[in-house]
Amino acid sequence: MKHFKFLLVFGLLVSIASCSDDDDTTPEIVNEEEVITTITVSLTPVGDSTPIVFRSQDLDGDGPNDAMVTFGTLTANTTYLGTVELLNELEDPAEDITEEVALEDDEHQMFYTPINGAESSIMVMYTDADDDGNPIGLTFSLTTGDAATGNLSVVLRHLLDKNASGVAEGDITNAGGDTDIEVSFPITIQ
Amino acid sequence: MRIVILLLFSMVSFTQIHGQCRLNLKGKVLDYHNKTVLAGASITIYGTTISVISDSGGNYEFTALCPGKIELEIAHPECNTTFLPINIEGNTELDITLEHHLELLEGVTLFGADKEPHATSVTSASVDKVVLEKYASGSLGDALKELSGVSSLTTGSTIVKPVIQGLNGSRIVLITNEVRLQDQEWGSEHAPNVDLNATDRITVVKGSGALKYGGDAIGGVVIALPKPYKQKDTLTGSTLASASSNGRGGVLTTHLEKGFANGLGIRAQATYKRFGDFRAPDYFLNNTGTEQIGFTLGGGINKFTYGGELFYSFLKNELGILRAADFGNVTDLVAAIDSPIPPLTGPFSYTIAAPRQQVTHHLVKAKGFYRFPGLGKLTAQYAFQFNDRQEFDNRRGGRNSIPVVDLELTSHQLDLDLIIDTKEKITWNIGINGYAQENFASPDTGVRRIIPDYKRLGLGAYAGMEYAISDDWNFDVGTRLDFSQIDAQKFYRTSFWEARSYNLDFGNTVVEDFGTQLLTNPVFDFVNFSLVAGLQHQLSKTMEVSFNYGLASRPPNPAELFSEGLNQSSLAFELGDLRIDSENSNKFSLNIAYRSKDDKFGLSVLPYINLVSDFIALEPTGITTTTRGSFQVFEYVQNDAQFFGVDVDLDYHFLNSWDYTSSFSYLRGTDVTRDEPVINIPPPNWTNTLAYSNPTLRNLKLALKSELHLEQTRFPDNNFTALIVENNTQTSVLVDVSTPPPAYHLLHLTSSIDLSKTPGNIVLGFGVDNILNTQYRQYLNRFRLFADELGRNFSLNLKINY
Repeated sequence: MKHFKFLLVFGLLVSIASCSDDDDTTPEIVNEEEVITTITVSLTPVGDSTPIVFRSQDLDGDGPNDAMVTFGTLTANTTYLGTVELLNELEDPAEDITEEVALEDDEHQMFYTPINGAESSIMVMYTDADDDGNPIGLTFSLTTGDAATGNLSVVLRHLLDKNASGVAEGDITNAGGDTDIEVSFPITIQ
Repeated sequence: MRIVILLLFSMVSFTQIHGQCRLNLKGKVLDYHNKTVLAGASITIYGTTISVISDSGGNYEFTALCPGKIELEIAHPECNTTFLPINIEGNTELDITLEHHLELLEGVTLFGADKEPHATSVTSASVDKVVLEKYASGSLGDALKELSGVSSLTTGSTIVKPVIQGLNGSRIVLITNEVRLQDQEWGSEHAPNVDLNATDRITVVKGSGALKYGGDAIGGVVIALPKPYKQKDTLTGSTLASASSNGRGGVLTTHLEKGFANGLGIRAQATYKRFGDFRAPDYFLNNTGTEQIGFTLGGGINKFTYGGELFYSFLKNELGILRAADFGNVTDLVAAIDSPIPPLTGPFSYTIAAPRQQVTHHLVKAKGFYRFPGLGKLTAQYAFQFNDRQEFDNRRGGRNSIPVVDLELTSHQLDLDLIIDTKEKITWNIGINGYAQENFASPDTGVRRIIPDYKRLGLGAYAGMEYAISDDWNFDVGTRLDFSQIDAQKFYRTSFWEARSYNLDFGNTVVEDFGTQLLTNPVFDFVNFSLVAGLQHQLSKTMEVSFNYGLASRPPNPAELFSEGLNQSSLAFELGDLRIDSENSNKFSLNIAYRSKDDKFGLSVLPYINLVSDFIALEPTGITTTTRGSFQVFEYVQNDAQFFGVDVDLDYHFLNSWDYTSSFSYLRGTDVTRDEPVINIPPPNWTNTLAYSNPTLRNLKLALKSELHLEQTRFPDNNFTALIVENNTQTSVLVDVSTPPPAYHLLHLTSSIDLSKTPGNIVLGFGVDNILNTQYRQYLNRFRLFADELGRNFSLNLKINY
């Protein structure tokens, strides 16, 4: 196909040699397809229906503007059911990237790591699995302990080694792969 | 043309009338300077088709000449064509001296096969076919490293860009088949689209001295020349097969050519290359396989008064990019730097998976020349090039087969060149070049264009002369003026546009507002002036000194103006700037060459200074945070830079069959605006080769080569701190992306022997690269933070000439 195109282009250019300066076509706009602009982590207390929402939204993608981060407060000694939604809002309508991750679940895994003081007060367990029985992390449970403040680091890795030591338990250390999302939400447990 | 026919006709009738045409004219063709014999010179009686070629002893002979005045036209591939009127009264013996090309504008040092040193004011060096064949399975950048002062900027082991005296990319002009190569040369992970196997000799001009091809060669010019077409009735060909243990692959290249006595020649050449994953001493470098298909077809007629050529070449390269170098943000970068063995290292494979590149290049050339009697040679050439670059990454949502970068670059070039070489002491060269270029970045990638759609037009005119002041003084000067325009259509993110205050300075270029993005139409005009001047002096029979000054001026390339984002396998965001202007270089170089009278010992020392004002450099400007994590940001800025260096070459022939060669390069680059070293300056290196050859023992050749690369101690500190989660706590970590790797030393072996009785007909070669399987990293490898260089490699190759 490329060769045909080349021959066509060449033939055309040779035949009209010097009179081809009037093809000022406007280029087509490209809206970034794979970018995840928005990640929403919803934590719903067991037996309740109102989720506590953590969201990071960066509508200029890799552009200079920083993401807008919203976060909530968790209650101590409570178990939450967690879900995550990934969107590309550069496209109209917004593209649901969560579906893409679910389709390629063997190549992806979410990691939820309590850090900066929250580590002893938060325990995360995966509640989903891919066809190999390895976790994906699109759904999970999060159990709080005593009151604390810190951060919840949320990471999506692509093409990682799911069989590496600790990875199935949610330890990112040996996962490898490349990072598609890395957001750190402030967390307060009271 | 009519005059020629008339002349021909009158000559024929003249011959018929006279019955006395039994006179002989014979003699030798000699080099003007050192009186060595010149084989292969064609001597024609002007205005006729009577022509002879000098034999290996330089002898020529005409028989059955008629008395009277004739004019001889003497041509030799390495010399200026000269005309010589003589009066034939009886049998005549006449030695003809020819002067080697001075290289002024062409910048081509046309070494004879005898390696005769021919320094001119522009310093240059060549790699010949024998050396090129050793690199049959490598690339242009690999082969050029044979020359002192030439190194390479690599991305992994397969993407190799030549670096001349510290400068690369758009600062190097690449000429293949007399056509300026137009590919996406701005990318540091874009290798030049040249098939080494279609090349007979490569000359590197260490400076801007080849004004004929452009005035913007701040680094230098690389000229890849094919073999001239055979001009005798012959059918020849050759096939070279080479296999390597590292990469478990090889190359097959073959060519066939037919020559006709009437000056017609045709040639076809093809190459196929395939490699799997290469191996560092301790592990496989996964996804570093390559596949290359290339062929050329050409034909032409080459007479003394006129000639023409049609040429087509096709090259397709597919390259895998090291799996371990494919990652996202700073966290991944730190993990990659910290792991002694690249993560996800697996077994050998031939598969070329994402990330990978697929580049196709077409070149069509039509050329004609005519020699006007008493004036000189006029050449007109049209070239068309089409370059299609596709880069693939690991993507989500089944997009792996859709490229993330898809650029189509279409170029037309028209060159007119006139050489006035009929005067004995002065040769003039004038000409014009025009080009029109269009870059189309496909919107189907689903990724914002890294380089926008643009049109580029250029017109350049040059004039130069070289003057033989006396037997031992030569002077040359040349100048060139270039007008160029780049007319781009680029989408900017509104946030980016405003963050850089483009809305204040370039607000009038906005064509349409799409909300989060703006379509803009920046148009820039550039005028560039360049100059080269030099003096060459033969001090004695053994000493030669030349001095050259070159002023070169280069308009910014599309990346420097428009780049915005992550290039494939780059570690950082690279941002161009619409405010970038041309950079200018003033280069002074000196060449002091000594060659002993018996030709056994030679030494040349080439110190140089290159002062570049508004040197376009990438400078780290901070960290940007995205949903993907944080990334380091580099921006193109213009500072003043200075380069000082020296290249030293030495060769010594001893005990009849031994050769020792040594070359050393040192370079110091300083960004004087920021008062710090320039990044990616090759460290000092010293290469020594000991070779043995024995023509009586089936032309046995053995060579042991030692390569010493010191540690680069002068480098800019581009380290940065990043917030990384360590032991469940976000901590500031210093990311060392600046410190060059330690010094290393390598040993290589090459050998060859004739299998045929006729020398050179069937040659078997065997070689070992990195004999000691040394583990090392190179400063100028963009993947040096992640993986080692290649380990030991055994290669076997067989060449058959027919």
